[in-house]
Amino acid sequence: MAKQILLKNIEVPGLASFGVYRQLGGYSAVEKALANYTPDQVTNEVTRSGLRGRGGAGFPAGMKWGFIDKKTENPRYFVCNFDESEPGTFKDRHIGQLNPHQLIEGMILGSYALGAKTSYIYIRGELFYVLRIIEKAIDEAYKNGFLGNNILGSGFSLDLYCQPGAGAYICGEETALLESLEGKRGNPRIKPPFPAVVGLYGCPTVVNNVETIAALPWIINNGGEAYAEIGIGNSKGTKLISACGHINKPGVYEIELGLPVEEFIYSDQYCGGIRNGNKLKAVVAGGSSVPILPANLILKTAAGETRFMSYESLSEGGFQTGTMLGSGGFIVMDETACIVKNLLTFAKFYHHESCGQCSPCREGTGWMEKILHRIESGHGTMKDIDLLVDISKHIEGNTICPLGDAAAWPVASAIRHFREEFEEHVKLQKCPF
Amino acid sequence: MQSKPNITEFNTETLDLINRIINRYPEGRQKSALLPVLHIAQAENSGWLSSETMNYVASLLDIQPIEVYEVASFYSMFNLQPVGNCVIEVCHTGPCWLNGADEILAHFESRLGIKVGETTPDGKFTIKTVECLAACGNAPVIQVGTEYHEKLTTQKADELLSKWQSENKISHTNPYL
Repeated sequence: MAKQILLKNIEVPGLASFGVYRQLGGYSAVEKALANYTPDQVTNEVTRSGLRGRGGAGFPAGMKWGFIDKKTENPRYFVCNFDESEPGTFKDRHIGQLNPHQLIEGMILGSYALGAKTSYIYIRGELFYVLRIIEKAIDEAYKNGFLGNNILGSGFSLDLYCQPGAGAYICGEETALLESLEGKRGNPRIKPPFPAVVGLYGCPTVVNNVETIAALPWIINNGGEAYAEIGIGNSKGTKLISACGHINKPGVYEIELGLPVEEFIYSDQYCGGIRNGNKLKAVVAGGSSVPILPANLILKTAAGETRFMSYESLSEGGFQTGTMLGSGGFIVMDETACIVKNLLTFAKFYHHESCGQCSPCREGTGWMEKILHRIESGHGTMKDIDLLVDISKHIEGNTICPLGDAAAWPVASAIRHFREEFEEHVKLQKCPF
Repeated sequence: MQSKPNITEFNTETLDLINRIINRYPEGRQKSALLPVLHIAQAENSGWLSSETMNYVASLLDIQPIEVYEVASFYSMFNLQPVGNCVIEVCHTGPCWLNGADEILAHFESRLGIKVGETTPDGKFTIKTVECLAACGNAPVIQVGTEYHEKLTTQKADELLSKWQSENKISHTNPYL
């Protein structure tokens, strides 16, 4: 069994209540940090741990904290990104609804390190029932002296609130999230300035993903070095993988980074193999945005080496033959899945979710959806396939935020690896599935 | 279809809740309460936001009506047209599609005799499709109000429909309560 940091107690009944969480050692990291560590020492532990942002970008968390502008007189903010919306990704919901105090404890630690006196958990509006669970847990934390004025007599005070979104994937992009938190449309901002300098209400702000924040209590309790001993290469610690699609055991799994992909897919401890004994066809390994890989390239690199669940191993081969760990949204497709139709649902998604600021994304995602619809419904031409590649190239890199890239990569990679399937749709003038 | 509602006044209890929410933000930043307040307003206004209701929200938050319209029209959870009492939102993104979302959607359509985006003539049900609900491990998934219904089958859909029909299900309830 892999080391369990995030999900260790997840099946304990009543874990969402303060009493049970506390009994299992909860909030000891806050006690330790407030009694023994300066804010910078907390940041140092996180830096030492090698923890990387778990929302998808994989940016080192300690370094991100290090950028916060501590010179201004303005307040500083710590914001949790709980806008989990990347197709295939459902790990944060798992923490939020079953172990909200772990997230709250992480919020207290991060806020202390950054010097934030008010912090927000921005959660997608569809998950209002999870928001209510977290708000209840926040109330308990206040009542027990872990939030509010002068926490544990340390002199450190913190107010923590939940904020709902209202249906917009783009608000998972951190500057769009901040706009939304200010009560505006979720239009991403041009960077720089980065949120660490000009963030919420123009003040220095750090935005971290739920899973990143939930790892903080363990890191403070056990030390950054202990965390860095887990994992492989620059992929330290454990990662939640939300596995779905055509597998026997969909669900949220905590793996030690470095687990062979093949073991993850076929071991009974994880996905339990492909449903109905079918053949593995393709995997989207890190949420809908990352390049899709055919079975042979997800199990082994183009050089024939074992592929591991890690930031480095999954991206081995670049976008020609590799992919990305991304958010850990692991979508598995068996031989019955139509790559074109699956891609069409993604294209529809990105078209729907484009905020509309940048024309390459606003128009391009719509064109890609239309063309894919044409091919899938049997009205496509061979030229359409190249046209899709051409459009994807003109979106990628030409937009304010990465949503454009996220829309382009699935299209480019599906055609790169499954061109015959697109051609078959055109030749047959219908979907062969 | 029932007559169009236009809530332009909240009761004291709701106003108290809204004031508590406004107090979460620094002074002068009450606009931050816009999304939470629109969720509440929509629930109170039978599941949609009329111009009158949005104008009222603007006055509550001391912002211009256009600041409310531009936000309400951006986020997909806000309905700018009347909806049925029970809005069934069917996820149709990749992972749900891989697990039979098309059949679930078609089943709701045929059982209710309406197409996606439509409301039954008695005003009881509306069917919508939505993008990924972040519950892909239990696909296919639908949302009704703040409830998720997961691992859906046509049989489960029938059970839910009978239940909603008999209890006159209303999906637009105050999400904070």
